[in-house]
Amino acid sequence: MAELKTDQIVLNMGPQHPSTHGVLRLEVVLDGEVVVDVTPHIGYLHRCFEKHAEAMTYPQVIPYTDRMDYLSSMYNNFGYVEAVERLMNIEVPERVKYIRVIMGELQRIANHLVAVGTFGIDIGAFTPFLYCFRDRERILDLFEMTCGARLLYNYMWVGGVSHDLPPNFIPKAKEFLKDFKKSIKELNDLLSYNKIFIERTANIGILPADTAINYGCSGPVLRGSGVEWDLRKNDPYSIYDRFEWEVVTGKGEMGTVGDCWDRYMVRVREMEQSCRIVEQALEQIPDGDVTSAIPKRVKPPAGEIYFRVESPKGELGYHIISDGSLNPFRVKVRAPSFVNLQILPVISRGYLVADIIANLGSLDIVLGEIDR
Amino acid sequence: MIPDKLAEFFGVNFLGYLIAAALPLFLWILPYALYAVYAERKISAFMQDRIGPNRVGPKGLFQTIADILKLIQKEDIVPSSADKPLFIAAPYVIFTGTFAAFAALPFSSIYIGSNINLGVFYILAISSFSVVGILMAGWAGNNKYSLYGAMRSVAQIVSYEVPALLAIVSAVMVIGTLNLNEISEMQTARFWNWWIFGGPLQGIQKFLLIIPMIIAFIIFFIASLAEVNRTPFDIPEAESELVAGFHTEYTGMKFAMFFLAEYGNMFVVSAISVSIFFGGWQSPFGYLGNSLGISWLVPFEQVFWFLFKGSFLVLIQMWLRWTLPRLRVDQLMTVCWKYLTPYAFVNLVLIGIITLI
Amino acid sequence: MTVQEIFEIIKEKFNQEQFELKPNIGGEILIVPAKILRELCFFLRDDERLSFDTLMNLSGVDLADGEKKKLEDGTIEIVGGHLATVYHLYSMKHNHKLTLKVLLPRENPVVPSIERVWRAADWHEREAYDMFGIIFEGHHNLKRILLPDDWEGYPLRKDYKVQEFYQGMKVPY
Repeated sequence: MAELKTDQIVLNMGPQHPSTHGVLRLEVVLDGEVVVDVTPHIGYLHRCFEKHAEAMTYPQVIPYTDRMDYLSSMYNNFGYVEAVERLMNIEVPERVKYIRVIMGELQRIANHLVAVGTFGIDIGAFTPFLYCFRDRERILDLFEMTCGARLLYNYMWVGGVSHDLPPNFIPKAKEFLKDFKKSIKELNDLLSYNKIFIERTANIGILPADTAINYGCSGPVLRGSGVEWDLRKNDPYSIYDRFEWEVVTGKGEMGTVGDCWDRYMVRVREMEQSCRIVEQALEQIPDGDVTSAIPKRVKPPAGEIYFRVESPKGELGYHIISDGSLNPFRVKVRAPSFVNLQILPVISRGYLVADIIANLGSLDIVLGEIDR
Repeated sequence: MIPDKLAEFFGVNFLGYLIAAALPLFLWILPYALYAVYAERKISAFMQDRIGPNRVGPKGLFQTIADILKLIQKEDIVPSSADKPLFIAAPYVIFTGTFAAFAALPFSSIYIGSNINLGVFYILAISSFSVVGILMAGWAGNNKYSLYGAMRSVAQIVSYEVPALLAIVSAVMVIGTLNLNEISEMQTARFWNWWIFGGPLQGIQKFLLIIPMIIAFIIFFIASLAEVNRTPFDIPEAESELVAGFHTEYTGMKFAMFFLAEYGNMFVVSAISVSIFFGGWQSPFGYLGNSLGISWLVPFEQVFWFLFKGSFLVLIQMWLRWTLPRLRVDQLMTVCWKYLTPYAFVNLVLIGIITLI
Repeated sequence: MTVQEIFEIIKEKFNQEQFELKPNIGGEILIVPAKILRELCFFLRDDERLSFDTLMNLSGVDLADGEKKKLEDGTIEIVGGHLATVYHLYSMKHNHKLTLKVLLPRENPVVPSIERVWRAADWHEREAYDMFGIIFEGHHNLKRILLPDDWEGYPLRKDYKVQEFYQGMKVPY
């Protein structure tokens, strides 16, 4: 009897879908429930950021950088203003450096809370999402107290920050950090070590370390594969060397090194490390004037620079070419999610349809910075 | 028994029994379905640190009524490429499969819709009728997602019937009858006569039975979660993967019927567990009516206990939904065939040995 | 290693007249000709002393250094001059960086693709093609990535004019 021939079907997880984290189209070729190939199609959120940047002055570009990775706007600002400051050779006051680190690390915690919560929803656990957002509200309250905005801040300017910390920021931040440690323990009890969650994420989407490096992955995706690599320690910028903290990597505790569970756990543990950094920074922060070094006109000399920071999603790079005028000649943003998304076909082949969703959730992409 | 009295009243047997079987539908299922949805929303809200519906009516009690009114007046869309007869019939098939089971549930000592000697067998058989409806719904939508959802759901329900039936059979071996009313009557006096605690037997047999009965209950509970497509087995409705699974293409009142059928199903499986393992309509510690001397109060108390125990198990099902993540399809099947079914077999043998003692 | 030392090692294998080391605020840039790019990149990745194992960034640039002709409707068209691709390489093992720049003629911007050297270059090259029209020879799937597949023109060029109609819809508003 002839063998039963089965066809491959092409399933479209279209731009509108409850769990593709934004407008992303995945073209999945399936053989029954097994994935043969996945092709991501992007560009649905392309807002021509790079073309706009050429028509505006350097400070006017900062709100546009907020809107790329809209879940971690502080870090987008951070990367851009540090790049321009290096072009212009501006030295910012000490207080500004501490404020930038505090805001950046708080933003990292907020971003990872969203990543962990939405990952839970993709797997089917609805409740941790709301617990994460409850904690995220407190961070957003801190940000709103300082600069008036909850999501898109326009806070870090070339040479300083826009507003100084209000007087009750430090006590409120310390209180938040104390409560947050209990929240992480709650999250671990509810989700991380839950047997069903481990079944769904361990040994899924295994990414070997050398593939990750060759594909240019960075951030928790790279660290989840066991590579101990963090730009804050390996290519240092700002004042991260004054604090005591560790780089978290995936060790394959529940399955293989580099599976979804490792990437998820790297994010949870990074939140703890960020708490440590913020605590130390809040102790050490000096007084000073935060707007003293902001130049009247931002006019860098002709030249180009590529500067990168460790944003919560990975390596965020700004390639800025200046021709000596008030407007940038070219601003190219190397978005971490853009590079990380290329790995999705590689880690999904041979697994089941439900695993694509788990892989996509563990990569933690934001379409705003992929499409710019 | 009320059905017989109704038959006498009408003079025609058929009419009396028809009304007796249909009474639970109006008196219990409709209010229960309305408030089960409300309870689920409130309970999930409290577990997630939110408030839940609190605007429509005092404390949001009329929320579901507002939702039903909204769903009734929505446009009933039938996709042009859908298979019309199947598309329209599917919700009714599922609804029928679920609600027909209510006819054999023992609500109290004097009321049971249909006092058939094959109560357990009938209920389990008619519940699997919904599988046909789900397959019809998935196929008729003419949508890849619906088809995937329907196929997964059918595989899941059909597979999990095996451990469920094995667990019930092991309990029935000791009990000796399939008539749900008699099963409930057997578990008289205090709660330690319930079958989960070994039943109204005397001597060493009773104590040996406790653990196997508890295991049988747990296996049946897990299998019934899969039967009603609740988390952690809600792959057929997995929102984050397949939009809405087999009911993607349905709108308006037909969608509402799927919903109500799901909650009805939850109560049916809870009611079976309660009748067999937890004493049915028996009170755990004597009747108020008896101690006060008001004899007509007793049947009402029994109805209260039955509904209370059934709702309690429904509450546990809701609790699990909002706590656990969902299992993937192949893991679901692994749990069924590699874990539940062997354990159920071993349990069956164990109980069989104990009955011979 | 500094860029000078890296340049010395490169000069061992390749003819040094084709290169130019340009000073710059953010670190010196090595300008290389297009035809030896792929060979050079394999060398940079595989040589033990250099071992550039990651490509940090690949950007296209419109240098706009040609002749600017004014057209009747007031817009500018650039003739001649160069487009460029800039490569930022990094070695995780030795912790050193290198910036390469390839100048391409505007009328025929063709450069070998380095997708097989570092797989990270895949989507970066597609984006440079999409935005500038730079053709990457040897790329397995050079299609538009951010814009729709049937878009006309290359938006990030300095003389880009938006098309009037796209599939029947008026584009400029």
